[in-house]
Amino acid sequence: MPTQDIRTHTYDVVVIGAGGAGLRAAIEASAQKAKVALVCKSLLGKAHTVMAEGGAAAALGNVMSEDNWRVHFRDTMRGGKMHNNWRMAQIHAQEAPDRINELEAWGALFDRTPDGRINQRPFGGHTYSRLAHVGDRTGLEMIRVLQDKGVHSGIDVHMECTIVRLFVVGGRIAGALGYFRETGRFALFRTGAIVLATGGIGKAWQITSNSWEYTGDGHALAYEAGAELIDMEFVQFHPTGMVWPPSVRGILVTEGVRGEGGVLKNAKGERFMFRYMPDMFKGDFADTEAEADAWVKGDRKKNRRPPELLTRDVVSKAIVKEIAEGRGTEHGGVLLDIASKQSADLIKKKLPSMYHQFKELAQVDITKDPMEIGPTTHYMMGGVKVDAETQESTVRGLYAAGEVGGGMHGANRLGGNSLSDLLVFGRRAGQYAAEKHGTPPRIPDADVDIAMQEALAPFDRVDGENPFAVQSALQAVMQRHAGIIRDRQGLETALAELDKLKVRALEAGVTGSREYNPGWHTAIDLRSLLVVSEATARAALERTESRGAHTRSDYPDSDDKQAREQIVIKKEGTRMTVRRETQPALPADLMTLIKEGK
Amino acid sequence: MTEKRRLRLFRGTRERGELKEYQVAAGEGMVVLDAVHMIQAEQAPDLAVRWNCKAGKCGSCSAEINGKPRLMCMTRMSDYPAEETITITPMHAFPVIKDLVTDVSWNYEVNKRIPAFKPRAPDAPDGTWRMYQYEIERPQEFRKCIECFLCQDVCHVLRTHEKHEQFMGPAMLVRAAVYEMHPLDEADRRDHLRHEGGIGFCNITKCCTEVCPESITITDNAIIPLKERVVDANYDPLAALWRKVTRKGEGGRGKG
Repeated sequence: MPTQDIRTHTYDVVVIGAGGAGLRAAIEASAQKAKVALVCKSLLGKAHTVMAEGGAAAALGNVMSEDNWRVHFRDTMRGGKMHNNWRMAQIHAQEAPDRINELEAWGALFDRTPDGRINQRPFGGHTYSRLAHVGDRTGLEMIRVLQDKGVHSGIDVHMECTIVRLFVVGGRIAGALGYFRETGRFALFRTGAIVLATGGIGKAWQITSNSWEYTGDGHALAYEAGAELIDMEFVQFHPTGMVWPPSVRGILVTEGVRGEGGVLKNAKGERFMFRYMPDMFKGDFADTEAEADAWVKGDRKKNRRPPELLTRDVVSKAIVKEIAEGRGTEHGGVLLDIASKQSADLIKKKLPSMYHQFKELAQVDITKDPMEIGPTTHYMMGGVKVDAETQESTVRGLYAAGEVGGGMHGANRLGGNSLSDLLVFGRRAGQYAAEKHGTPPRIPDADVDIAMQEALAPFDRVDGENPFAVQSALQAVMQRHAGIIRDRQGLETALAELDKLKVRALEAGVTGSREYNPGWHTAIDLRSLLVVSEATARAALERTESRGAHTRSDYPDSDDKQAREQIVIKKEGTRMTVRRETQPALPADLMTLIKEGK
Repeated sequence: MTEKRRLRLFRGTRERGELKEYQVAAGEGMVVLDAVHMIQAEQAPDLAVRWNCKAGKCGSCSAEINGKPRLMCMTRMSDYPAEETITITPMHAFPVIKDLVTDVSWNYEVNKRIPAFKPRAPDAPDGTWRMYQYEIERPQEFRKCIECFLCQDVCHVLRTHEKHEQFMGPAMLVRAAVYEMHPLDEADRRDHLRHEGGIGFCNITKCCTEVCPESITITDNAIIPLKERVVDANYDPLAALWRKVTRKGEGGRGKG
């Protein structure tokens, strides 16, 4: 490999991914006087965070003063079906308000309460109105604020650069290799601390709300570097994605529609969610349509929340059942109706992107007609196993924050907890990475050469299979066999099919030059997709119960014994290993808080 | 239900390139970006195109469709007659990297030089502020900007006259306007807007407002009020006297 092909950079901290978690980590590391690089697969400001709609959950207590971190913690643990890393859930609930207020100090313009504070909206699984928001484009606001704070913090941003390998020398992080999309040339980043903030893995499914970037790069890089992954069976299928026309299938419809009073109906016009109340939440939600409507109209002290605001796992499964039993719409969805519950003015004011999205893409006016929706792959609860305080993985010097980190959300994430998660743990990862970075060990030249050769291998196979075809086959396998409802046979089939796809991926070839060549980029992304798909299928096979987002038709019930058991995935030699590990028990005071709500 | 559609795409680099014709089987509701993706997946895997969200929220897939600056993900194939060949070219105001992808890094450089947000001291003892919805509606409109740079592309100062060195363009004026009209902000960007930003180059033809996929009223709500602020600062006799006394605002490079 000609050495002039590589540019070498040296940094104290390298952050991979420039969504909310990556930007927040980079800002913090820079504030700690570290020399920081922010490496992102797309242009700055285009990361998946821009698509977040509904809001960021933080117990500010601006709308309902009863709220505090304890209630937020309790909601998060119950929403996660008691599988969460309790310490992360506690830190998150305690620190989220400071992180939101800090954004305001950096220029964020959240919607206001009448007395001039940050307004908060209700959302699924949250006891009180808790989500700081900007209409239905909260993520865009957050990314712009962090982006502008970041560019004035002296961070070096490397845009459209994809990391393909992490280097570990003597058990600790030594650097990373990436290529620039524009030129196809490599860059070697030497560093003692890497923060992974690469987001999720939703591109492994056909129907997804996720963009092309979400190929599980951080999960796979960490796995290949020897770090442990946890909770890979817990993939969140958001209840409301668009279903028609076919080209928009999967695009997200914010939970904010239900937060603002939208109701779910089947094709027969029945408001079905009243029939799907889990025991855990009995008594917390309205029993009748009248009570739910009174709550939506603003009388929140005397009435309880509508059942449409149950947690996402519950709502998604209810929708799947309605459709399976023949009460779905013509295009295989159900109806989400806000037109009959709110005025056209309010809808356009509170949900402008949704109004625009349906008008432009589906030719539906949501102020007049219901939306046709169905579940869509949305979020990965599982990820790199990290220390709750520092976000350091099981590999020294390797940190993970945001969606790529595991544990915080347990078996199911509450809406709004992602935007606050990425701020809280992004900051922590940046802080500890800067404090503990040290001098990076030297990376052997041979390791770099091998990594480059592997990345370039598809160019040697000009007659190889089209990588887009392999990607599409992989998505079909995961959609069919590792979707919302799973069973042993399907998961075993998925693993067998993935084995065949590994061979096909190794035979995939590309034509053309190294300059901005999406065929090549896809061939490289396939390596990550295969790792995360296999990890998901193996973990799903191992968990012999249904819990939160993981549903087994052959084990339909939750098994209390498995509640605190975690499926751990690790690379041993060339093999993916699976083992169970019991998480530490909750301290007595937190357990009481969850059980008794005080 | 599919129908054969013809597209002509620019293929090449900044040195050389050509329009190449492709055929796709278009399905119901398909947008132009879907057609480009079909070509990429089935006929030309090395076809370069930028995209992320495919829902009009990230502003990555900007291009010119039949000569009009648009987001490919928000343009439906059915907007064009079935027999028409749809021509897609990269944004004209920026250098081509390859095919439909342009080098937009200049925008990021310009943004970096806009003076940063500087809030007033907190209003409450707990370090928070009080702002009212009516005060923030205007800057919230600018914050809808998805940085697609279509307004930069259509602006004749950049597109035709290539004044990138002297004029920051509508997108970056909108960016500055967020903070200029932010109720908490105390920084003064007028000097920057007048000199480095070259706000005087804008002669309010409103082409930028017309192409904005987020329907931001760029000219009327952002640029004209900014122009008025710059004028007030520079041509108000009282302000001029004040500057003379305090020696503030000296060292301007006199342009615009």
